[in-house]
Amino acid sequence: MSLALRERLIFEYSRPGRGARGQWPEAPARSALDALPDGLRRQRRPLLPEVSELDALRHYTRLSQLNFSIDTHFYPLGSCTMKYNPRACNAAALMPEFLGRHPLAPVAQGQGFLACMYELQEMLKAVTGMRGVALSPLAGAHGEFAGVAMIRAYHRARDDLERDEIIVPQAAHGTNPATATMCGCVAREVAVGADGDADLEALRAAVGPKTAGIMLTNPSTLGVFERRIEEVARIVHQAGGLLYYDGANLNAILGKVRPGDMGFDVIHMNLHKTFSTPHGGGGPGAGAVGVSARLLPFLPLPIVAREPAAERGAEAPQYRWLGERDLPQSIGRLTSFGGNAGVLLRAYVYMRMLGREGMRRVAEYATLNANYLSARLQQVGFEAAYPQRRASHEFIITLKRAEQDYGVTAMDVAKRLLDLGFHAPTTYFPMLISECLLIEPTETESKQTLDAFVNAMAQILREAREDPEQLHGAPHTLPVRRLDDVRAARELNLVYREPAT
Amino acid sequence: MPFIPHTDDDEREMLAAIGAPSIEALFDEIPPALRVQSLDELPTGLSEFEVLQLMAARARADGRPLCFLGAGAYEHHIPAAVWSTITRGEFYSAYTPYQAEASQGTLQSIYEYQSMMASLTGMQVSNASLYDGATAVAEGCLMAVRANRRSKSARILLPRSLHPHYRAVALTMALNQGLIFDTVPYARDCGHLDLDALTAHDGQDFTALVIQQPNFFGVIEEVDALTDWAHAREALVIAVVNPISLALLKPPGEWGAKGADIVVGEGQPLGCPLSSGGPYFGFMTTRMQHVRQMPGRIVGATVDVDGRPGFSLTLQAREQHIRRAKATSNICTNQGLLMMAGTLYLALMGAEGLERVAAASMARTAELVAALTVLPGVRRMFARPTFHEAVLALDRPVAPVLAALAQRGIQGGLDLADFYPELGPALLLCATETKNGADIAAYASALTEALRPARAA
Amino acid sequence: MSKIPEDLKYTRSHEWLKSMPDGSIEIGISDHAQEALGDLVFVELPEVGRSLAAGETCAVVESVKAASDIYAPVAATVIAINAQLAEAPELINQDPYGRGWIMRLKPTAQGDDSALLSAHDYQVLAAEA
Repeated sequence: MSLALRERLIFEYSRPGRGARGQWPEAPARSALDALPDGLRRQRRPLLPEVSELDALRHYTRLSQLNFSIDTHFYPLGSCTMKYNPRACNAAALMPEFLGRHPLAPVAQGQGFLACMYELQEMLKAVTGMRGVALSPLAGAHGEFAGVAMIRAYHRARDDLERDEIIVPQAAHGTNPATATMCGCVAREVAVGADGDADLEALRAAVGPKTAGIMLTNPSTLGVFERRIEEVARIVHQAGGLLYYDGANLNAILGKVRPGDMGFDVIHMNLHKTFSTPHGGGGPGAGAVGVSARLLPFLPLPIVAREPAAERGAEAPQYRWLGERDLPQSIGRLTSFGGNAGVLLRAYVYMRMLGREGMRRVAEYATLNANYLSARLQQVGFEAAYPQRRASHEFIITLKRAEQDYGVTAMDVAKRLLDLGFHAPTTYFPMLISECLLIEPTETESKQTLDAFVNAMAQILREAREDPEQLHGAPHTLPVRRLDDVRAARELNLVYREPAT
Repeated sequence: MPFIPHTDDDEREMLAAIGAPSIEALFDEIPPALRVQSLDELPTGLSEFEVLQLMAARARADGRPLCFLGAGAYEHHIPAAVWSTITRGEFYSAYTPYQAEASQGTLQSIYEYQSMMASLTGMQVSNASLYDGATAVAEGCLMAVRANRRSKSARILLPRSLHPHYRAVALTMALNQGLIFDTVPYARDCGHLDLDALTAHDGQDFTALVIQQPNFFGVIEEVDALTDWAHAREALVIAVVNPISLALLKPPGEWGAKGADIVVGEGQPLGCPLSSGGPYFGFMTTRMQHVRQMPGRIVGATVDVDGRPGFSLTLQAREQHIRRAKATSNICTNQGLLMMAGTLYLALMGAEGLERVAAASMARTAELVAALTVLPGVRRMFARPTFHEAVLALDRPVAPVLAALAQRGIQGGLDLADFYPELGPALLLCATETKNGADIAAYASALTEALRPARAA
Repeated sequence: MSKIPEDLKYTRSHEWLKSMPDGSIEIGISDHAQEALGDLVFVELPEVGRSLAAGETCAVVESVKAASDIYAPVAATVIAINAQLAEAPELINQDPYGRGWIMRLKPTAQGDDSALLSAHDYQVLAAEA
């Protein structure tokens, strides 16, 4: 962590006439542009920096040093699965042949790539218990969109046209109701029981002839396993609805339970969570979707198929993209090309390295770490939201008491953790639990790291009692202190403008 | 075991602290009937060496042909500094900058990106990027319906000369919300969007007109007249642009009398490798008056409690985690890492470098077209000026010709038979600044060869 | 404790209504609501002349952490909006019942106002929330 006070904007390094000329191609003869109609040419140059290669490199290297990241800090951000991103995955995805392959290149010049994609589909089917997988959705929310669109397409194909309600638990990710809206459905929230499981009575009352489906995360966003999932599936299926599995928490059950066996009809997987591709400061992700048999015809395009050698008289199996002609009932295309191939390659390498033995260990050690951290934090005086339940791969601490007793909020604790060298957990989600921290340590953290985190949390609790101002004012040691979000929104300053000369 | 650091001692002590007899006991809330019996369908694990060997073999199998494909993904030189910087762990392994104080590096980079994209497109504001070009078009259509309150129809005019995949994605993503898409034909002789083709929509309520510049055929559109036509009918204009082309072409903010309203496009040409189709990034810029209708993350400059300048996510009340069912979109992602690549690329190129890339690409494509159209049976399909792509008409089906070129290590372009059967045998091709005279000569000679046997037969 | 003036009517969704001498009604959001939302950063106002069905969304108030719809309490036409809010949304925080008024409506029919709450009833509702 650099303590530099402030790194200037790249524009402030700019000097007229400077440039990273070694990077530029030679300018062609002016006549090359003669074909451009005068009226359609650009008159004024865009405001881009004029800097040397070193200027740019140093600037962005310095900026990088203002970030917390998995590589530099423990990052227990609940619901985000911030585990170590193995470098081998990156090394493989950056092999020049993979980087240079054009998305519309003929399949004959992509059998190596397509073999990886096909095998990735097959491995994802095996760990989720689904019948078909499509890799194209570009992120979790994009996969959610694909999933709910498939549910709609299924009902429409059966002439069951009234089903436009999607049931979501109160504590669901915001993407669930937002996705329902994007698919032209109405989101209907149902209550959660006091023990963190679904309220079955509320669910029975909510389902009916308008129910398109239900979106569930299991383990839920409350960090506990939905114990009556089979009953939930029965209720929804009997009402004619389908079950959608939000794969945000798949890390908790990898190799232990499969969504397909729980009765889910459609799922999305966040490959950037469970299968450890980098989060990249907000993206790219990959949100592959899996379906049960009844939704197979509706999968989004394209999908990779394998044609056994025998059928074609060729020496090796041939891989090809399936398109509209193969899947006429598909919900259609969701992406410019075949998906975030570079992310998918990373996930493929990760899964090949884990293999069948490693898969199960992900869930085992993620769960061990979460339960250990939960137990230790309770020992030092924190209150778990569901102390009677097993933690899954994550758990919730509520600071309701600290707020009442010392006026210290979850936000204060989060900000103070930054001072102590830890990224904050997720704050104020799920909204059902007041003053909450959602903590997900992941399986790649050692006991020693968890212990250090417990010590920091214990120190913060001490400070809450003895010196709450210390917490209200945190962070104290970062490049900036708490930012004025109200000013940011009222006096919108979204782009740099050249100072008037 | 890979990536799990626990020693046997650690495990024992941790279980003791929990008060559980075994790790297995931690799963005792899961109904036993549901537990996975076997994972035999999965292969066993590989070491890092083994997996990299496997990947290298597969990569080699795909080879490195000489690529003249464009059609929405373009091979440009990527300065070495771009990827060596953005794969630094601090960028690579961070997440969405929710904790602003611990994410100033990402936040400031996004602010710089927004500034560059707004200026490049001639607009006032930009978001922090979307998934890719196709989804950006779809989001642009949805946004136009929210932003244009005068129109009640939710009807969008989509040119047939818009990238066919973008058209398909707009349909997939927006039909469920009741949008109506009308296809506007292109002029058969020149490949452009003709004002005459739009007169069918005179007097009709429509929400927005989409204009791709240059269009899918590489043809440069008369954007001023088209923009003014749409604005005169109280519709918005959604510009779909190639960011490299904007070094030379009039930015959408200056189209017609008032400028386009929403600008979207594929960011891949800015520092992102072809990589079989992704990850790329989509961009979106607009006027300040529509900023609250924009989907995706947005970063703003502000100050901290001590008055020091800093950056934070702003206008979050539009987004799914607050607005839930009423959010502008369900999107949470910005393509952070790719957007970083774009920012570094633009910083290293600057306006002059970008102009050179654009001009060199345009010149190379013109040379390629000139070299190929001297061959018998090969001619230009459209009579209008193009940027760095062009459609050639052949005198025979394209697919076998492309296969023959592939035999010679050349990816000759895209066969348009599936997308535009009405054109007859048509080949869309592109040469960027990465192709030199020898590459173009190699293509011409391979095409000469490929055409010869059929002729003789 | 937030202020709840006696002479106003309230809705379950936290709008207040003031009957004007000319038969129109002025609406805004309650002190309780502005407190819950926090510092407002933006108010989206309808166009004057727009006609609204009872319960229709007619404006949005936005803070850093929330965005909340304003619903038309009765079927009505918008006859005036508080244009100052475009530049100064904080007026709602500072003076929710005065300079922070949001719009004036002319009811289109003899409205059924039985769903509206008295100050006392609203106080009970606000205390529960």
